[in-house]
Amino acid sequence: MSERTFEGAASIRQLPPRGMITLRGDLGDLAAAVIVPETGHIAGHVAWMSPDELLVICAQEEVGERVTTYRDALTGTHHLVQDVSAARATFEISGPHAGETLAKLCPVDVAAMAPGAFRRTRLAQVACAFWVREEGGFDLVCFASVADYAWGVLRNAAAHPVGHFEPRR
Amino acid sequence: MSTRLKTGGRLIDRATPVNFSFNGKRLKGAQGDTLASALLANDQMLMGRSFKYHRPRSVVTADASEPNALFNLGREGGFEPNARGTMTELYEGLRAESQNHFPSLEFDVGAINAKLARFLPAGFYYKMFIHPRTFWKHIYEPFIRQSAGLGRAPKARDDSTYEHFYAFCDVLIAGGGVAGLQAAKVAGEAGLSVILFEQTGHWGGRAPVDGGKIDGLSVEAWIDRTLAELDAMPNVRRRVRTLAAGVYDHGYVLGYEQVSDHDPTAGGPRHRLWRVRAGRIVTATGAIERPLSFAGNDVPGVVLASAARDYVVNWGVSLGDRTIVVTNNDDAYRTALCLHEHGLAVPAIIDARRESGGALASRAEDAGIRVIKGSGIAKVVGGKRVTGVSICAQAGEGAALEEIPCDVVAMSGGWSPVVHLWSHCGGKLVWDAEKTMFKPVPSQAPIGADGEPFVATAGAASGALGLSDVLTDATKAVGGSTAPGVEELEEAPTEAVWMMPQGAGYKLRSKAWLDFQNDVKVSDVELAAQEGFESVEHAKRYTTLGMATDQGKLSNINGLAVLSNALGADIPQVGTTTFRPPYTPISMGAIAGEARDALFQPLRKTAIHGWHEENGAHWEPVGQWRRPYTFLRDGESVEDAVSREVKNTRQALGMLDASTLGKIIVKGPDAGKFLDMMYTNMMSTLKPERCRYGLMCTENGFLTDDGVVARIDEDTWLCHTTTGGADHIHAHMEEWLQTEWWDWKVFTANVTEQYAQIAVVGPKARAVLEKLGGMDVSADALPFMGWSDGDLGGFSVRAYRISFSGELSYEIAVAASEGRALWDALLAAGEEFGVMPYGTEALHIMRAEKGFIMIGDETDGTVIPQDLGLHWAISKKKADYLGKRAQERTFMANADRWQLVGLETLDGSVIPDGAYAVAEGENANGQRNVQGRVTSTYMSPTLGKGIAMGLVHHGPDRMGEVLTFPRVGGGEVKARIVSPVFYDPEGTKQNV
Repeated sequence: MSERTFEGAASIRQLPPRGMITLRGDLGDLAAAVIVPETGHIAGHVAWMSPDELLVICAQEEVGERVTTYRDALTGTHHLVQDVSAARATFEISGPHAGETLAKLCPVDVAAMAPGAFRRTRLAQVACAFWVREEGGFDLVCFASVADYAWGVLRNAAAHPVGHFEPRR
Repeated sequence: MSTRLKTGGRLIDRATPVNFSFNGKRLKGAQGDTLASALLANDQMLMGRSFKYHRPRSVVTADASEPNALFNLGREGGFEPNARGTMTELYEGLRAESQNHFPSLEFDVGAINAKLARFLPAGFYYKMFIHPRTFWKHIYEPFIRQSAGLGRAPKARDDSTYEHFYAFCDVLIAGGGVAGLQAAKVAGEAGLSVILFEQTGHWGGRAPVDGGKIDGLSVEAWIDRTLAELDAMPNVRRRVRTLAAGVYDHGYVLGYEQVSDHDPTAGGPRHRLWRVRAGRIVTATGAIERPLSFAGNDVPGVVLASAARDYVVNWGVSLGDRTIVVTNNDDAYRTALCLHEHGLAVPAIIDARRESGGALASRAEDAGIRVIKGSGIAKVVGGKRVTGVSICAQAGEGAALEEIPCDVVAMSGGWSPVVHLWSHCGGKLVWDAEKTMFKPVPSQAPIGADGEPFVATAGAASGALGLSDVLTDATKAVGGSTAPGVEELEEAPTEAVWMMPQGAGYKLRSKAWLDFQNDVKVSDVELAAQEGFESVEHAKRYTTLGMATDQGKLSNINGLAVLSNALGADIPQVGTTTFRPPYTPISMGAIAGEARDALFQPLRKTAIHGWHEENGAHWEPVGQWRRPYTFLRDGESVEDAVSREVKNTRQALGMLDASTLGKIIVKGPDAGKFLDMMYTNMMSTLKPERCRYGLMCTENGFLTDDGVVARIDEDTWLCHTTTGGADHIHAHMEEWLQTEWWDWKVFTANVTEQYAQIAVVGPKARAVLEKLGGMDVSADALPFMGWSDGDLGGFSVRAYRISFSGELSYEIAVAASEGRALWDALLAAGEEFGVMPYGTEALHIMRAEKGFIMIGDETDGTVIPQDLGLHWAISKKKADYLGKRAQERTFMANADRWQLVGLETLDGSVIPDGAYAVAEGENANGQRNVQGRVTSTYMSPTLGKGIAMGLVHHGPDRMGEVLTFPRVGGGEVKARIVSPVFYDPEGTKQNV
């Protein structure tokens, strides 16, 4: 997917592809392979997706080795390890109004999310997940087939003014 | 005449004139005017014509409840019909037109309808539907179409933008009057996060007009101080021009913000739809003054008493020089005093009560205003403008005692709390006979998921009308205890007056309007009651009372009081109609938000989409994907292109982007058992490195999806689904796993998007793959219905030896990120073999030539696999699978069900899609009997004739018989029943 950027009420950037691996299993079992994050959080490179699913986000070139390592570590338990790197597109939303830009599209209390908080939700009409980065701003993933749509709605949201409560009036 | 006063107008800035036009006439208003106040300042009292009788109409109110002052607003591209003049803030260059007039507002031929009023009673439409049909078509309908209707529909595309905004808070307060401000202050000081919405462009509601003192300050000073206090609290946020439109379950509130309607040059979205989740909702929505029902109460110049003083105080506009006040309560005396103080004449206050005498009444008498007690208005004199009123005894039948010249009548029938938001989620109301109002019952509030009330009312919305009661109630609504001190005047009680005079005869009642916008009169509601429409909901629909764009804000309570009187029942027995969102109309644009044009809906693109775009793809929507239907070359028709693609694939080499097909990984110790339940076939016995075509049914037995399943290893399978089925089949699997077989050890993953998949099809398919090289794709190494992982021209791929065309065929899966590169490599390698990509139509034709069914063509949700001759794909060994028991029911296991056959036209033409085969005779409805229908039909380029599949009664037993299919518009096609496999029935071509 092409890298592209837009500067508006927030900065929108489509990031180069990343490695992503879906892990399904009892989270207790998955602890044999990765450090399991808190519910609704991302810790290091592992995100909590559901009570029996994690998402590992890593460099693309690490995927092959990680998949093998995880499968080995989980031998003997009921699990699923699947490379999904090519299925996803990733965007970065940053700037002072990044949260309000997302709030036009996602039914999420963005302001209540601290760094490391991870949410699966929708971006206008498509599924997405996003998280708050340690340094501020958000990373958002969606399916690759709708990358242009996601880019379109994010760009559109950032193209209009935000800051609805500033100045106060 | 109505005019701008020399002084006053707290909301306008006289130093900043604003130019606007009305019906092409150029006029001047002031910054801060509404369209209504600016028109009145220009003596433009006549603002529109009524819906049914085309009576001249002007403002009745100065607020959101306005029924009459509706305008076509703006220009094409930003056009808004039915805009309320009272809520439209004036801006430079505003263009307004009156509605429902022909040929002009001043002279309207439709006003003849008024003369026909007695032929247009309640229920006219229902009654006339029955009468001679030809009359309806040639007389009534053209007449109604000509005369009825309000605003024009916009013709041009809307060039504004809209957006949604999701917000969250502990307390959402609807209404920024003094009650809302006080509630926000108390909640904010308690540390709660607060969002405060105000529908108008200013804070404080109507309290600054009505006067009094709060905390020793004037109301305006208190509002300013409170706003400053709110702004000092970071947890309190407020928006003007934002209507709380509706309250929904789970603390959901829709807010409608008119961001730039008041200033179209401002840029940004025109409207913003706030989608708020609130812990609690406080409705501080105030109250609406009720009109009084007397003859001629719709003549321009008759307004609500509160509106008369609003125009003076807020906008410095006098509606006329001589104002008669008519009332059943003390509040309207404020209007008399206000006008008097501004030097305007108030010839009399007509008070329906025999006894009155609160502090306001004393002041009026002190000011020398004549008060006529126990009296009412018999009728208003005047046509396009009030010229006087005829006074009578309220207790009598309307005999005129005196006629008083005047040009304004300020009426007040009491106040009704705005209970709409409270009622949207089921908050209950009680009739308060003393205050003559329906008011909320706090103990019967809407209940949230936690079992606790989640909506409370504050201030006048609770039924608290005095300033002190309002602030006390608002404080309590958010759990506060200390309300500010208030100085206000004591008021005498209101007396219920539903008809004026009480004994008015038919002639007066038939001129006494209840619903101004829909032209419903007292006599109409009485007629409905007389004709048996006893339920308030029935009477509403029969008379159209309260069904206009104002949703009966002024008319509901008066209407149901008239109905209850006509029925001899008490008001609480009759009850109210249902309150539904939105409170006032919101724009379609706000609801759509960003979903328009390119962003109307998501468009899914495969990794190879870009190539298709660049190479003449003629698109077909498939779910949210766009797939190439065919690839057009220069000067080629769609039919020619499809034919070329089919022939080339059969004779040489074709390529198809099959990436959209669903791919679901199913893994675990119980995966085989699970797939045996999901599919009609036995999937657990499939060997690794092998594929099997499978059918999925719903639990009702109907065929819902199909596809090739590949066994990857001991406990892993990969299930292909149809393009449209990927998401819902994955959801279907998860539903069964999570709700029924939660203890089975199975995980699924939808990997549709992880892989691009390219079908390489045709006699030269193996040759091109061998040319790319890297893996053994020979018949021995990769036999039909096998798969294998390997390297192909440097790509890491999985090759499936499957065929939907009947040709030698491979489907090559590769990581989606490599999809385009592999496609390009295959194209380049295939050039010497004459490769041509093909689209979905060629795919469909080739599978039809082979008699392969297509989900959505041969199936429509009523077809079971047995209907399609797919018994071979239904395991007889399995104890169960989804749909098995349903398929054993008598009407499913029935030889009379229509069965799949092939159809070959006798003349080589194509049978129309969906055509029915006729049978002898007619059914009970006089329709021709039928014996079968076409499910898919094509011109076969391979065979050079029309072929089709269809479902036919006893079809497989009737090979060789000829059926007749009538064409729409005449003629018929004859077709012979044949095997559905038209091409290579032995299957030798695909298995080489």
